[in-house]
Amino acid sequence: MTSSARTLTERWASLALAIFSAGVLVFLVAPILAILPLSVNDSAFLTYPLRGFSTRWYEAVFASDKWRLAVQNSFLIGLPATLVATVLGTMAAIGLSLADFRGKGIVTAMMLSPLVVPIVIVAVALYFFFAPLGLTQSYTGLIIAHAALGSPFVVVTVGAALASFDRNLARAAAGLGAPPLVVFQRIMLPLLRPGVISGALFAFALSLDEVVTVLLLGAPHQRTIPREMFSGLRDSLNPSIAVVATLLTVLAVFLLLVIEWLRVRNERLRRREGRVSG
Amino acid sequence: MRASDDDRLARDLGRAGRSRRVAALLLIAPLFFFLAFSFVVPIADMLRRSVTDTEMEEIWPDAAGAIRGWDRRTEPDEAMFRVLGRDMRASAEARTIATAARRLNYALPGGRSLVMNTGRALRGLEGEPLSWRETMLAEDPAWGERRTWIALSHSAGPLTDFYLLTAFDMERDADDRIVPRPPDQSLYLAVLQRTLLMSAAVTLLCLALGFPLAHLVANAPPRQANLLMILILLPLWTSLVVRSAAWIVLLQDQGIVNGFLQWSGLTSEPVRLIFNRPGVLIAMTHVQLPFMILPIVATMKAIPKSYMHAAASLGAHPAVAFWRVYLPLTMPGVAAGSLLVFIMSLGYYVTPALVGGASDQMLAYFIAFNTTSSANWGLAAALGVLLLGATAVLYFVYSRIAGSGRPLLGYGQ
Repeated sequence: MTSSARTLTERWASLALAIFSAGVLVFLVAPILAILPLSVNDSAFLTYPLRGFSTRWYEAVFASDKWRLAVQNSFLIGLPATLVATVLGTMAAIGLSLADFRGKGIVTAMMLSPLVVPIVIVAVALYFFFAPLGLTQSYTGLIIAHAALGSPFVVVTVGAALASFDRNLARAAAGLGAPPLVVFQRIMLPLLRPGVISGALFAFALSLDEVVTVLLLGAPHQRTIPREMFSGLRDSLNPSIAVVATLLTVLAVFLLLVIEWLRVRNERLRRREGRVSG
Repeated sequence: MRASDDDRLARDLGRAGRSRRVAALLLIAPLFFFLAFSFVVPIADMLRRSVTDTEMEEIWPDAAGAIRGWDRRTEPDEAMFRVLGRDMRASAEARTIATAARRLNYALPGGRSLVMNTGRALRGLEGEPLSWRETMLAEDPAWGERRTWIALSHSAGPLTDFYLLTAFDMERDADDRIVPRPPDQSLYLAVLQRTLLMSAAVTLLCLALGFPLAHLVANAPPRQANLLMILILLPLWTSLVVRSAAWIVLLQDQGIVNGFLQWSGLTSEPVRLIFNRPGVLIAMTHVQLPFMILPIVATMKAIPKSYMHAAASLGAHPAVAFWRVYLPLTMPGVAAGSLLVFIMSLGYYVTPALVGGASDQMLAYFIAFNTTSSANWGLAAALGVLLLGATAVLYFVYSRIAGSGRPLLGYGQ
């Protein structure tokens, strides 16, 4: 259909569509962008218009014991949880791709189910279950919760990497006499690495953002960054919120870019691999 | 000869298959057991809690047994008063009586003070009274009422439908019939209705905003489509709490939106846009919109352009062609996106808690509230059963529509 053949109605319709879609995109992105400039605003209120540039809120956040503790807690919980989720998730994904067995469908569904179950259910169930075990108000309890919630992301990303993994490479190495562990280390792991890293980043991002299990299971001194923001938003709105929001957003964009880069690199590797074997 | 070779080959293949299977199971086992401990068993245990009732049994073991054996018609005799009185005195001395008092209070308004006061009186008692019945009746005549004993028998366990009925604002009356609770004790039907309505509203808003944008993305040249996708995915990667903060900043009385409304002369006073229903709907729609757009884009991309051309060349007006040809073909994506958004909205906790008022809280809030603040674990579990059940059923429908597509749920809320 050439543009000359298009009717006036169609042109109006596509113009209206473009304007409406632009509006929706503004709705999606603008709120996130709007909070960023307020972090360097020289005013005690989170309102526009801006009053002038100041880094004093950043200084206040970096000097605050409360936020330092929150950052520390986020990493103290997020890093071990990511490690557990990544190691167990990678092993399980390899296992699931290795052989068929009875009940595989159910096992796979179980391993992905933390993605489906509402987070408040998980938090409440763990609250009941952990209380008699003394795991509420403990780092261990929170690490277990976040590892469970993060593991399906690793199973999915590593599973996707395995789906396009050429098994003949592993067979060739084994045929040349490499023991299974060496095959895994030297052949599989390098090819799976992008999938493993993406899964780990997803799991870490989840832990870094997760607030419901921390609300229910965490002790007051175990507040993470989102948990501290949650309190800040409920009590009083002050510019340190904008500072932390900005830092978290920058980190999120960074993680998004890394994952996108890994995906593109992975596809390129795969194409090259395809050329060699084909 | 050939046969034995085949046999050996089959045996070798079988052995290789078996060892692969063993390796697979060994690799899967750690995550399997980890999730069993940290996810499956706790949730199963929560489901169990919604139908079990052991608080009274733990505090008053003999009395709970005696009350369970009562036929609920005859007057409770001295023996029953004695068993209950002894257990009450023992629990008052052990300071565990408050748990039983709280449990009776769920079944009987005023049950807490009845038990606490009587317990206090019995604790001061020296030796065995001549008549436990007279002693307890003297403390509170409510012990002579049948409804007190009916409430006791409803709380004596070990199984109960009390919490599940409460989740639907129902209870059992003195004759064991299921009846609606009085309005002043009803809450959860309204919460359920609110949760469903708000989820439906968010789904419709996402569809209205997402469908046109999805159309634009699906028909854009690849480079532009990629850029649009990054803009759509960016909010998904931004912290949920940060997005709530952003909406509070934008929609507050001194925020940009109100500033614009007043500047443009649409209103003279600030409009209340946050900490109320519109605020929650706006913020939730913002969070869920990507989950609506992604499946619709996927469906739209798979629709061959030739279909619309064919419709046009057969003389259909573009609007007719859109309505009769294009729209029906997008339905799988629309259905998958809508179900996904609806399911995820049902479990929302953080967004309504941050940008909503007291009357905008959804089911998830009351599950958490009954877990921590009011410590009514049975009710929290029963409400959890409702949410989990609704999620499971709708997710089953979703997986039928979306095929074996990857689940996108859970991230957010």
